[in-house]
Amino acid sequence: MLTVDGLFTEYASAGGDTVKAAQDVSFTVDEGQLFTLLGPSGCGKTTTLRSIAGLERPRQGSITVNDRVVYSSSAGVFVSPNQRGFGMVFQSYAIWPHMNVFQNAAFPLEVGGRRYSRQEIRDNVMQVLTAVQLDQLADRNATTLSGGQQQRLALARALVMKPALLLLDEPLSNLDAKLREKMRFELKRLQRELKITTVYVTHDQGEALALSHEIAVMHEGRIQQIGSPRDIYERPATRFVADFVGSSNFIDGTVTGAAATPDGCVVVRTEIGDVTVRSLQSLVADERVGVSVRPEDVELTEDRPAGGNVWEGRVDQKVFLGEAVEFQVKVGARTLLSRRHPTLRTKIGDAIFVQLDPEKCVVLKVA
Amino acid sequence: MSAAIPKEVVSQPVGDARGFDWKWIVIGACVAFTVYIAVIPLGFLFWQSFRTPQTAAVDSVFTVANYATAYGSSDTWRLFWTSMQFASGTALFAFVLGTALAWMNERTNTPFKSVFFALAVIPLIIPGILFTVAWILLASPQIGIINLVMQNWLGLEEPPFDIYSLRGMIWVDGLHYSPMAFLLMSAAFRAMDPSLEESATMSGANIFQVARRVTLRLTWPAIVATILILFVRAIESFEVPALLGLPAGIEVFTSAIYQAVHRYPSQVGLASAYAVALLLITTGGVYWVSKLSGRGSQYATMTGKGFRPRQIDLGGWRWVTAAIFVVYFLLIVVLPFAVLLWSSFQRFYAVPSMEALQNLTLDSYRFILDYPNLTRTIWNSVVLAVSTATIVMLVTSVICWIVVKTSIPGRWLLDGMASLPIVFPGLVLGLAIMVFYLNVDIGVYGTIWIMLIAYVTRFMPYGLRYTTTSMVQIHKELEESAAMSGASWGTTFRRIILPLLKPGLLAGWIYVMIVSIRELSTSILLYSPDTQVMSIVIWELWENGQYVELSALGVLFIIALFVLVLIAQWLGRKYGVKE
Ligand SMILES: Nc1ncnc2c1ncn2[C@@H]1O[C@H](COP(=O)(O)OP(=O)(O)O)[C@@H](O)[C@H]1O
Ligand SMILES: [Mg+2]
Repeated sequence: MLTVDGLFTEYASAGGDTVKAAQDVSFTVDEGQLFTLLGPSGCGKTTTLRSIAGLERPRQGSITVNDRVVYSSSAGVFVSPNQRGFGMVFQSYAIWPHMNVFQNAAFPLEVGGRRYSRQEIRDNVMQVLTAVQLDQLADRNATTLSGGQQQRLALARALVMKPALLLLDEPLSNLDAKLREKMRFELKRLQRELKITTVYVTHDQGEALALSHEIAVMHEGRIQQIGSPRDIYERPATRFVADFVGSSNFIDGTVTGAAATPDGCVVVRTEIGDVTVRSLQSLVADERVGVSVRPEDVELTEDRPAGGNVWEGRVDQKVFLGEAVEFQVKVGARTLLSRRHPTLRTKIGDAIFVQLDPEKCVVLKVA
Repeated sequence: MSAAIPKEVVSQPVGDARGFDWKWIVIGACVAFTVYIAVIPLGFLFWQSFRTPQTAAVDSVFTVANYATAYGSSDTWRLFWTSMQFASGTALFAFVLGTALAWMNERTNTPFKSVFFALAVIPLIIPGILFTVAWILLASPQIGIINLVMQNWLGLEEPPFDIYSLRGMIWVDGLHYSPMAFLLMSAAFRAMDPSLEESATMSGANIFQVARRVTLRLTWPAIVATILILFVRAIESFEVPALLGLPAGIEVFTSAIYQAVHRYPSQVGLASAYAVALLLITTGGVYWVSKLSGRGSQYATMTGKGFRPRQIDLGGWRWVTAAIFVVYFLLIVVLPFAVLLWSSFQRFYAVPSMEALQNLTLDSYRFILDYPNLTRTIWNSVVLAVSTATIVMLVTSVICWIVVKTSIPGRWLLDGMASLPIVFPGLVLGLAIMVFYLNVDIGVYGTIWIMLIAYVTRFMPYGLRYTTTSMVQIHKELEESAAMSGASWGTTFRRIILPLLKPGLLAGWIYVMIVSIRELSTSILLYSPDTQVMSIVIWELWENGQYVELSALGVLFIIALFVLVLIAQWLGRKYGVKE
């Protein structure tokens, strides 16, 4: 189990001022869980990961792994990275070119505090190389490995000492698209089998949603939201999260009426008209809010459907994506993006009806 | 049959043939030029080493006596042994010093280190002869200020340092080459992906295990290459052996060659025999360096993106490392310059004292400004430097374009020949060129042209390195997209390649100009009273024992070079040189 509490890590930049790379980062990862730090490039994911690893020294906060405090600013504890016993896979893989595959994977057993016999090293290394399917290549020169093989070797090297925590920094970003898909599943299978507590860093939302037990979305050094993949996708807490994870239609408006109706519905007056949304948050009248709707939740029908939350619009653009078609529909002056099954064949310029399910409309408070 | 071929197809080969011819003319000219300039003097050097001395009375004939004299006597083995000791000592000293400084600068949080890095180029502009003279004034047993101060303070009987010794030579030359080691090792540290070290740390390795099993192993090719380059440089160096070694009877190859030429009658054959041995050593060194850098780049392909150099927190020790930087800078720039400055204000050289302070005078500056032919000397130096830099950059950019951007068979040979002069020690190149133009009289011997030829030959490899570095960075698609936009080859070269190449060309031009203006060891065998250059005047003042006048000239020279570098940097920044 990993607990990060109130972590601040800063860099002195060339100009003399500080880069606030990680600000008040707190989260907990339960035993055997895969926790993902997700965010755009430069948001401080790597910094957070390296602070956990001990490669950066935070300014403030505490980091605890399985009841062992590895960093605490208040207690003045800083365990050096080579004493922490964490496995880490770097973005560049950092495979040592002067060693072969076996030697790369055996290194952590040779240098660590615990002494292993030759036979133990051999057994452990071959076991972990087998797990990542590199056992056939044990004697190969590391410089001759392909990108995918290097990635697996880096993983094997991180796993061989049975680390208390596995840290992965964009491990798939240097692979091409097809291989990335495949490795994503391999990684997931391996993590689930070994039940090893893992912190995973990525800027790819697809990767994060597919792999994680829990996701933290970061923006400008701060965590915006922590939740299960489904939570993050369906109930984004901020506009940034809604926009970064998947795409979204944002409709600005103000809350009408005082309280919510008994079923939790609120009416928001927006530029396309009154939108009924369901909100679990308490909203007050005249509060400015944004309504976020995923493109796949924007229903389109050629005939006027029954029920409320319906507007008449016009098809402005259409993009065929294979498994889906993206429609840009003009409602008044506003364009809404909708993703539909290709069986809907309404032509550009034709009228179409837009319906929004109040359940799928997420109200975002304007900060 | 030809009647059946459509017209466009027929016209195709004609156009091709024209481009083909044009290319071969340029390539032919380049090959002829490089052969003439690099290969022929070498041939003559070999030839001369098998000839007896030519005098008015006897003609020169074939002989192996030079080799017999050169390698038959135990003196030569002593010469070889001394050269080796001097060169290895210098290389190791410069390497240890430069590497320690580079490590502190690249991998620790030493305060003010960016200032230090900016200052690290200053020693490179102080000419070797001035540096050596300054250290004589600082540490000679008789007049060395450091010696006298130490004797005074510590009440020593004997002066603690003797600069006229093998150790003194290694100290001065090692200090002089340490900035080079610093730059080379800084580059090696920078080129290594730090995550290679970090992943070892994460695997549980401590600082020493990381250093021994990863850092050292990965920088090994760079370390060996750096030591070899320093070794080659040291074995070629002339100023220190001539000024510090000869008075103490310590001879190395370069000073032996100089002595053989200046003996009466001149023993050019013997000098050539020594030169051939020296050439073999340097060629071996350069060959190993090139093999090693090939291995280095094989490792370099393994490094990933996203470098973020991590700095080791030295804690309180960082003030110690900062102090080391300061002391180093004192030894290499401040003290040498200060001692020259002091001596330049004296009438006769005197150690600093209250009494000497009363006798400050500008006489030596007056002497220098009235020096016969001073204008002429400056003019020679400037003209030579500017024309050398210009010719070198023009020729090497064509050669480099052929080597990097075309697929003409045999282009590697061109590259090899243009790089060949890198193995020539300055003195050996001077000797080879001297021998060649003494035998093939086309009227350049004793004129400024022979100096120009020598400089261009000597510095062509440096120019080539600058152009190659920038040329390989110009991605093929940049040219191709210009072609797809409808640009002809000429337009592409003018509008795309040249502007992209410009920063590299300019940086190379500046570098070649500075090294040309400092050049001594080649010029010393080729100059005549009409073609004196600055470094030769300094050399002559030294030979005449005019130390204070030499100091005045040295101070002016260093200031002028410094201003020149500042202007060059300013120009460079204006035109986008990144260094
Ligand atoms: N060593 C460093 N020195 C100065 N600034 C840094 C350093 N490393 C990262 N930064 C800055 O910190 C911020 C966060 O970087 P990083 O953690 O690498 O982001 P991410 O991994 O999310 O892309 C960025 O603005 C980056 O420029
Ligand atoms: Mg990152």
